[in-house]
Amino acid sequence: MSAAADSFLERAPLELRDWAVQLLPAPLQWISHHLITIVAVLAVFGLFFAFTTVAERKLLGRLQNRLGPNRAGLPKFSILPWHIRHKLFGLSQPFADAVKALTKEDIVPAAADKVLHFLAPVVVVGFSLMTFAVLPFGRNLIPVELDAALLYFFAAGSASELAIFMAGWSSRNKYSLLAAMRALAQLISYELPLILSVVPVVLVASTLSTSAIVQAQGAWTFGVLPHWFVFTPWGFAGFIIFLISALAESNRSPFDLPEAESELVAGHLTEYSGFKYALFFMAEYFGLTALSGLGVTVFLGGWQAPCELLYWVPSYLWFMGKLILMIMLFIWVRGTLLRLRIDQLTRLSWQFLVPLALLNVGNAAFWALTAQWSGPLQLVRWAVSAAIVIVPFLVIGRSLSAGYAPRTYRYAP
Amino acid sequence: MATITVERKPLSLLERTYIPNIVAGLTTTFKRMVKPTETLQYPEQRPAIPTGYRGVPTLVNDPHGREKCVSCQLCEFVCPPKAIRITPGEIANDDPNAHVEKRPKAFEIDMLRCIYCGLCQEVCPEEAIFLQNQYSMTGYTRAEMVNNKDRLYELGGTLPDQHYKWDKKKTAAEAASRGGHH
Repeated sequence: MSAAADSFLERAPLELRDWAVQLLPAPLQWISHHLITIVAVLAVFGLFFAFTTVAERKLLGRLQNRLGPNRAGLPKFSILPWHIRHKLFGLSQPFADAVKALTKEDIVPAAADKVLHFLAPVVVVGFSLMTFAVLPFGRNLIPVELDAALLYFFAAGSASELAIFMAGWSSRNKYSLLAAMRALAQLISYELPLILSVVPVVLVASTLSTSAIVQAQGAWTFGVLPHWFVFTPWGFAGFIIFLISALAESNRSPFDLPEAESELVAGHLTEYSGFKYALFFMAEYFGLTALSGLGVTVFLGGWQAPCELLYWVPSYLWFMGKLILMIMLFIWVRGTLLRLRIDQLTRLSWQFLVPLALLNVGNAAFWALTAQWSGPLQLVRWAVSAAIVIVPFLVIGRSLSAGYAPRTYRYAP
Repeated sequence: MATITVERKPLSLLERTYIPNIVAGLTTTFKRMVKPTETLQYPEQRPAIPTGYRGVPTLVNDPHGREKCVSCQLCEFVCPPKAIRITPGEIANDDPNAHVEKRPKAFEIDMLRCIYCGLCQEVCPEEAIFLQNQYSMTGYTRAEMVNNKDRLYELGGTLPDQHYKWDKKKTAAEAASRGGHH
C-alpha cells in the first residue's frame, strides 16, 4: 500500500509545484508556493465549472428528449490559413457564453448602492472559492491543512448568504429585497440540517479535519466493501439529509425558489446583468461543486478507492470521479423533481430534516459507544442504528402528512 | 348540479414516504436520457416531404420547354389573399409557340401574402402552377420575398406530362384546313 501511496502519479502534482517553486529566488518561494496552489485550484475548478454548465445543459436536454448545445465549434480566425470545422459536440459552448457575458452591457440602477452592488458578486464568488481550500483532492493534495477544516468550510459557505442579501439590498428594488429575504430564509433554514448532518461524522471520526475524516474511511472488509461512512445506517441517513440540504443551499431545483424563472423575474438578481450576473451564476456552481466535494469527502470516502484492487489508481482521480457522479446526480434530480412551495420548503427543513438530523447525531453517538461490539452483537448494533433512522423517519413523516390524504375530489359529471 | 365524488384510496405506508414516487420519477427521466434522440439536425438534415405537400407555388414548363401558363388570370382572380399579379403578354407571330394563346409578360407571387391554400393549382386549366416541395422562403427585404417569373420557373422546373394540348390543337387545325371538310 505504501508503494501505491508513494507512486509517481500520486506525487506528480506536488513535485511539479516544488520544481516550479525552486526555480524562483528564495524570498519569493513561500508566496509562490501558495500562489501556485491557488492558481491550480482556480484553473481546475474554473474549467470544471465551465464543463459542468455544458454537462448540465446537455444532460437536461437528454432528460427532456432534446440534444442540448451541440453547435459551438471553434471560431474562424481570418489570420489562420486553416479552420477546424468540427462542432466539437458543443463542448466549446461555455467559452462562447463567457465571451457573451463579458461583452454584454452592465446596467446598474440609478438608485442602487453602487459599491455594494459591485461588491456582492465579487464577495459571493470569493467566499464560494474559499471553501475549496480545505477539500482534500487527493492523498497529498489539500490546499490548506486545517484542524478545524469543517468549521472553516461552513463559515465560508455561510458567508455567501451575506452576499445574497447585499445583492438584494443594494439593488434598491423592493422585489429584489423581498427575494433576498426569501433566499435568506431558505438558506438559513437549510444551513442547520446541512451542518447537523455532518456532525455524526465528526463524532465518529472524532476530528474536524477533512483529511483525517478521509483517512478514517480508508479500509475494506474482504478487500471489496469500503468502510465509507455512507455504508452505515447513520452515515446513509446523514448523506441523504446532506444531499437534500446541499440542493437547497446551492439554490438548485427542486429548491430553486430564490430565482424561480417561471415565478419571479430573477429574485435577488433582478437588477444584475452582464458579467455580474454571470459571476452569481458561477458562484452557484462553485458552491455546488464545493458542497459535492464535501459530501464526497465526508460520506463517500473522499479520495479512497472503492476496493483494494484499485488502490493503484491515483487518489485525485477517485475524488474527481466521485465529484462528477455527485454533480450528475444533482443534474438528474434537477431534471426530475418539481419545485416546492416556500411553506413546504421551510416545513421540510424545520419539522422534518432538523429533528431527523438531531436524532442522527444520537445515532452516531450510539455507534461510537458500541465500537467494540463484535460477533452477533455487531448485528444488534446495525439493527439498532437502522431502527433509529427508520422509525423516526416514518413517525415524523406520518405526523406531518396527517390530514393531507386521502383527498376527496369532486367532479361535475 | 349533481356531482360525482371520487374516493381516493388511502396511501400505503411506502407511498406516504414519497420514496417510490421519487424513484419512479428518476427512472422515467433516466429512460428518456438513454433513449436514442429523434432530433433532426435541421440545416444539414432535411425532413422527408410527404406527397401532396403544399409548399411554395411555382410555375412549370412542359417537356418541350414551353411555359405552360397562358396568363388566363384565373389564379389571380381566385387567390384569396391576392398574392398573385399577372401581366398578360401576346406571343409574336414568328415565335415557335405562336399557336399558343398567350403568355405572361410578368408573373409575380408575393410570398408575404401567400397562404399556401393551393386554390391557384386547383383552378389552373393549363396545369401550369403547382405547390411543390419548397417550404423555406427567406429574404432580407420585402422585395426579395416576391417571386418573379424567372424565379417561379426556376423553382418549378419541368412537368413531365405528355398532353401537348396546344400542339394537338395546332395539328388538328392544320389537318382541318388541309382537308377542308366541315
